[in-house]
Amino acid sequence: MKAIYKKELRSYLTSMIGYVFIAFILVLLGIYFTAINIQSAYPEIGYALSNTSFVFLIAVPVLTMRVLAEEQKNKTDQMLLTAPVSIGDIVLGKYLALLTIFCIPTAVICLYPLLLAQHGTISFAMSYTSILGFFLLGAAYISIGVFISSITESQVIAAVVSFIVLFVTYVESGIADFFPESAGGSLFAFVILAALFCLWIGSMIKNPLVTGALAVVLEAALVIVYFVRPSLLEGKIQDLLSVFDLSGHLNNFIYGIFDLTGIVYYLSVVVLCMFFTVQSLQKRRWN
Amino acid sequence: MIEVKNLVKRYGDHLAVNRLNFTVEEGQIYGFLGPNGAGKSTTMNIITGYLAATEGEVTINGHNILEEPEEAKKCIGYLPEIPPLYMDMTVLEYLKFAAELKKIPKEKREKHIKEIMSLVKITDMKNRLIKNLSKGYRQRVGLAQAILGYPPIIILDEPTVGLDPKQIIEIRDLIKSLGKKHTVILSSHILSEVSAVCDYVMIIANGRLVASDTPDNLSKLTLGSNTVEASIKGTRNTVVKILNQIEEIQNIKYKDSELPGCVDVTITTAKDKDIREELFYKMAGARCPILHINSSTMSLEDIFLQLTENPGKAEKAKTETPQAISAEESEAAQAGESEKVSGEDENVPEEAAEDEMSPEKGMEKVSGSGKSNEEGEQ
Repeated sequence: MKAIYKKELRSYLTSMIGYVFIAFILVLLGIYFTAINIQSAYPEIGYALSNTSFVFLIAVPVLTMRVLAEEQKNKTDQMLLTAPVSIGDIVLGKYLALLTIFCIPTAVICLYPLLLAQHGTISFAMSYTSILGFFLLGAAYISIGVFISSITESQVIAAVVSFIVLFVTYVESGIADFFPESAGGSLFAFVILAALFCLWIGSMIKNPLVTGALAVVLEAALVIVYFVRPSLLEGKIQDLLSVFDLSGHLNNFIYGIFDLTGIVYYLSVVVLCMFFTVQSLQKRRWN
Repeated sequence: MIEVKNLVKRYGDHLAVNRLNFTVEEGQIYGFLGPNGAGKSTTMNIITGYLAATEGEVTINGHNILEEPEEAKKCIGYLPEIPPLYMDMTVLEYLKFAAELKKIPKEKREKHIKEIMSLVKITDMKNRLIKNLSKGYRQRVGLAQAILGYPPIIILDEPTVGLDPKQIIEIRDLIKSLGKKHTVILSSHILSEVSAVCDYVMIIANGRLVASDTPDNLSKLTLGSNTVEASIKGTRNTVVKILNQIEEIQNIKYKDSELPGCVDVTITTAKDKDIREELFYKMAGARCPILHINSSTMSLEDIFLQLTENPGKAEKAKTETPQAISAEESEAAQAGESEKVSGEDENVPEEAAEDEMSPEKGMEKVSGSGKSNEEGEQ
């Protein structure tokens, strides 16, 4: 793992991508920081950070697009996968290298509250909590980018798909508002989701009888719940979608709340994405 | 060392590797020979753990590649078809990375890398970026990466592709010297390479092992007989008379020689008989000097074509394929020196194969026509 970590870190720091990523974050944050904290003399850095979080939508795909896709394209993954290291170590080494790159702008951001403190009183606890939230959000986004880079050979596709996925999670709360909060609306959405789920299961087990039975059971259960306790379904589609609301969890940190659920949430996203990445690399061997 | 059992690899409907069985012993150089797309690279990728097999298992030094991948991979150095090089690294950086990846202890690393670099002759290039190297040097860096840490098994997928003749010879010599201490498996579709380097040849066609033996044995195996060509000074009648006294001879062909006053003969004998000495003394006794004598066996090229094309033809008429294989098998059994030939298709009844499928029958045909020829000319 250490070998891969070192190699990856060096390759980012000897090519442009690492520096572009760092510069992009710092430039945009610098603009917002100047406007909000310096020009308007606002003591909390969190506000600037929350406004800058959209920077990840572009910076993260640029950073992560090549991390695994390029290895596949150049067939260098043959070397990694036939070396005496586990796939988990490969993925972890690469992820930690990316995280280290991301630590560089974060370290610079950590200086900003000190800068502000020269000109007045600020709450360091609040400032650093929001920086922690910002870092966790970036870490979660990077893990998503790593996963998407593992499923394709093309860096362009990896970048575009990462951007779309990150964008969807970014505007998730807006998307959730498209759906009515009534029980009927939820029922409709869940019926479709259950059907898609059964199709997916069916394509894997290739057994129409089991798939059909599963579909009937799921749909019937939904309809029964709808007629017996419609209140159970109200607003449930919004709850389901909020699972994907990555940027939403940043808000608590911005307000200076040391949000344990938020930390657990971001760490879960990272772990899940690492797991999926390992699986997607494993799966390729079986194709 | 390496045990491959019942290996199958399917890509969708395409069967890339079809029930492959073989064992690789220590300290020899093995050659995978086969036309393009025969399944050589796929087999190597499965052995090294890059791909997973659809069925069957691979054991390396007692470690199953799927169950104990790290232990198994420690024993292998692999140079894939396209050398896995990072273009933005220098040769030295790359080899340092490879050494660390292969868990070579830190204190030994530097010395070992130096040694390997001088072995594959890339020391002069060590500070160059890999993207600026020529194809031949890239191949060598890939080779260096494979032999780093001196793993007991070295697997090389077409190691000499794209090299110039001088480099090819150098790499071959290197492989030969590696073969003294390591087990080397290399694949190639170039016959001369395999016959020059390998102790043992496995011919793969359409994902099947169609033959495996030493290059010499393979030549004899397929021919089923020995041939001696000679130019003898003397009249045809004398020569015929003397040759008829030698019992082992199965078949003789006569031809007028380019040399004045000479007869050219092509003599076929059973495969385990060598009549050259006897021929010499008989001819010397009759004062018919032999100007030229040459024992010819079928070249690897002929065997290769025969083995790889016949199953290919048979593929179209599917029922014939097993027959062709079983003909191989029965013949190998007769030869009694092919413990590893085509272990597959054991259940197939060994019916008489189509004439064109069976090298043995083919030979009979030839010898038959040869005899009539002989009579005619007599």
